[in-house]
Amino acid sequence: MAAASVATDTASKPGGCFKRRAETPAAPDGDERWAHPAAAGRRAVDLMVPGISCAGCMAKIERSLGAEPGIAAVRVNLSLRRAHVEFDPAESSVAAVTDALGRLGYEAKPFDAAALAEIDRDSRGRDLLARLGVAGFAAMNVMLLSVSVWSGAEAATRDLLHWVSALIAIPAIAYAGRPFFASALSALRARRLNMDVPISLAVLLAAGTSLYEVSQSGTHAYFDAGLGLLFFLLLGRYLDHRTRAAARSAAAELTALSARSATVIGADGTRSTVAADAIAPGALVEVAPGERIPADGVVESGTSDLDRSLVTGESMPEPVGPEAPVHAGMLNLSGLLRIRASATGEDTLLAEIARMIEAAETGKTRYDRWADQAARIYAPGVHLVALAAFVGWVWATGDIRHSIAIASAVLIITCPCALGLAVPAVHAAAGGRLFRAGIFLKDGAALERLAAVDTVVFDKTGTLTDGRPRLADAPEPDDTAWPIAAAMAAASRHPLARALAEAAEARGVVPVTLGEIRETPGAGLEAWAGGIRIRLGSAAWTGAEPLPDTAVHLRIGDGTPLAFTFTEGLREDAPELCSDLRRMGFRVVLLSGDGCKPVARVAGATGIPDHRSGLTPRDKLDALDRLRAEGSRVLMVGDGINDAPALAAAHASMSPVSAAEVSRAAADLVFTGSRLAPVAIAIRTARTARHRAMQNFALAALYNACAIPLALAGMVTPLVAALAMSGSSIIVTLNAVRRWGDTGRGPT
Amino acid sequence: MTILAILIPASLTLGLIGLVAFLWTLRARQYEDLEGDAARILFDEQDKPRE
Repeated sequence: MAAASVATDTASKPGGCFKRRAETPAAPDGDERWAHPAAAGRRAVDLMVPGISCAGCMAKIERSLGAEPGIAAVRVNLSLRRAHVEFDPAESSVAAVTDALGRLGYEAKPFDAAALAEIDRDSRGRDLLARLGVAGFAAMNVMLLSVSVWSGAEAATRDLLHWVSALIAIPAIAYAGRPFFASALSALRARRLNMDVPISLAVLLAAGTSLYEVSQSGTHAYFDAGLGLLFFLLLGRYLDHRTRAAARSAAAELTALSARSATVIGADGTRSTVAADAIAPGALVEVAPGERIPADGVVESGTSDLDRSLVTGESMPEPVGPEAPVHAGMLNLSGLLRIRASATGEDTLLAEIARMIEAAETGKTRYDRWADQAARIYAPGVHLVALAAFVGWVWATGDIRHSIAIASAVLIITCPCALGLAVPAVHAAAGGRLFRAGIFLKDGAALERLAAVDTVVFDKTGTLTDGRPRLADAPEPDDTAWPIAAAMAAASRHPLARALAEAAEARGVVPVTLGEIRETPGAGLEAWAGGIRIRLGSAAWTGAEPLPDTAVHLRIGDGTPLAFTFTEGLREDAPELCSDLRRMGFRVVLLSGDGCKPVARVAGATGIPDHRSGLTPRDKLDALDRLRAEGSRVLMVGDGINDAPALAAAHASMSPVSAAEVSRAAADLVFTGSRLAPVAIAIRTARTARHRAMQNFALAALYNACAIPLALAGMVTPLVAALAMSGSSIIVTLNAVRRWGDTGRGPT
Repeated sequence: MTILAILIPASLTLGLIGLVAFLWTLRARQYEDLEGDAARILFDEQDKPRE
């Protein structure tokens, strides 16, 4: 699993993180807790299988897994890369299912289907689709009837056609228009105007005046226009919903993936696996090497090295021993640790971060979406024009019935059908582009905010760097110490040792063969060869002079210790991206929780003059506040728990997929892959999207400029209204989906 | 124009059948794995619909 995480369930939307999933029943143990009861005494489990890529995989999994003992049913969802498996608990288990999938070559992770149920059921999407279907059916049939009227049906025939149209249109409008009416009503209650107010008014007026006209055997009925309007607008609504649902589902999957368990040791020494969020204060938790610490606490016994990069931003591992305080989210590297959980609930570092996120979000001014901004100018204008048309025609002709017909024609023709589609279509197209580049967009508003940023703030550890140490300074490759160092380093899983082993391999060093190599967690390695003691490890372990840089020392016998120093590796395209951003006119800032030296080094390598080190999460927030006070709009890019409040406070924010769970939840966009290029891709896409949306607004304005005089002059017949409306909607949609310029390629 | 008395109900009925069919597919959750369902038709085995 690429996604690192901390041990708390968080909901996908930032405001709702840290919601404890209270209804999770006491976990049986391990993976088995993801299974839920199914029909006929079976149990069912939902698995995420990212390796499913084609129909062949689907067939292979369904055939081979279905033939395993105890498996009752397998259904693969190719679109979502998931598998639903039902099994007989007497003969099989979740572990057996994942093992079987592993043998087939697919990595599978069980996830909590209940946590995803809200999104999976997707009741809102299906509801919109049903309304869209009804609107489409009604619009088509009414249009057919209208064609007869336009072709010259007269008198009783026309009335019959009109009455049939009314019979179809009125219930269809009542049903299909519900989302708009409800939204308009709630906006009016809050004494605001949104796009749905003119929409609802136009549709209701079109239906009302047409009904009146029909009852008076009039010539003009606008049922087709009203229904066409609803159809196109629902299409926009559905696109908008799809964009958001896709991103939400991706975010929720990440969350569901990282729901963690911890090993708790009872008073009688028994071990049990519990959900990480169910650890009681005072509980003794065992953390094996390679696992993340599930709760804040104090080391009870054992020594090890901890990777704290995700929590504090410090890049290099630190040794810990008994009495050392630890925080949830830190990665245990080398030795077995037993931790006495201390703080829970309100007192943990995570809870503190959550409070800061919440404060940051409430402090953020409410963002007005493009469509709403347009609506605020547009809606009163349209209503005034319609009113003026009514008053003008009454004054000129004295015919109230005709004047109402003119006024409603104005409302129908100016109804922001194109506007309602203009933005969702652009968002959907942009979201799709980003998705293909491996970037998940949480919602359209985030894209709009991203288009407005002028300053990019980076975190260092894990964002500009890839969190892996690289050898910086070492003895010459032909030094006789190298083969020994390589052999020693290969025996350990400590990140520095692995970096050393990798470097040795890259230099073509052939490791010597050593006997038993013993590792002392938190200190180093030791081996004996021909009565000579060889040690590789910390300065204290080898008796070397401590260096200011992160270093590993090798001491052979009583010889002088040799130092291998390390620096963090940058993400491969970090310098390129930073100069790219500066060329695009962005101010680039580096804010890090790490020490002064490593920050200055990374800032030098990436050419960021504006850098600060040793920042706490609160300091980062303050730094963002200062930037905002200077009038900057900030894009925050960060991955650590310590970045989460800043991510929430920034105008827009991005996290790599390897980020801590809180940070991913707080960020607007999450990107995958080992490169930083998605940052530039996302900004370019957002800017193109803004450009397209503005073009669409301009097109809509142009259309209105042509159509309003016609409507005011009373020349808009139902035929003209129907044509104008579909025409403008189709034009803005095509403009949204037409070829997007080159915004760069994502990871492939 | 009496032909209208037949044609209008006929066209409406046909349209309604289409609408009802669409709503049924929606309720039967046939739009949840469009990619997968498109591929299933190529499988040799008898493929049962989702329960």
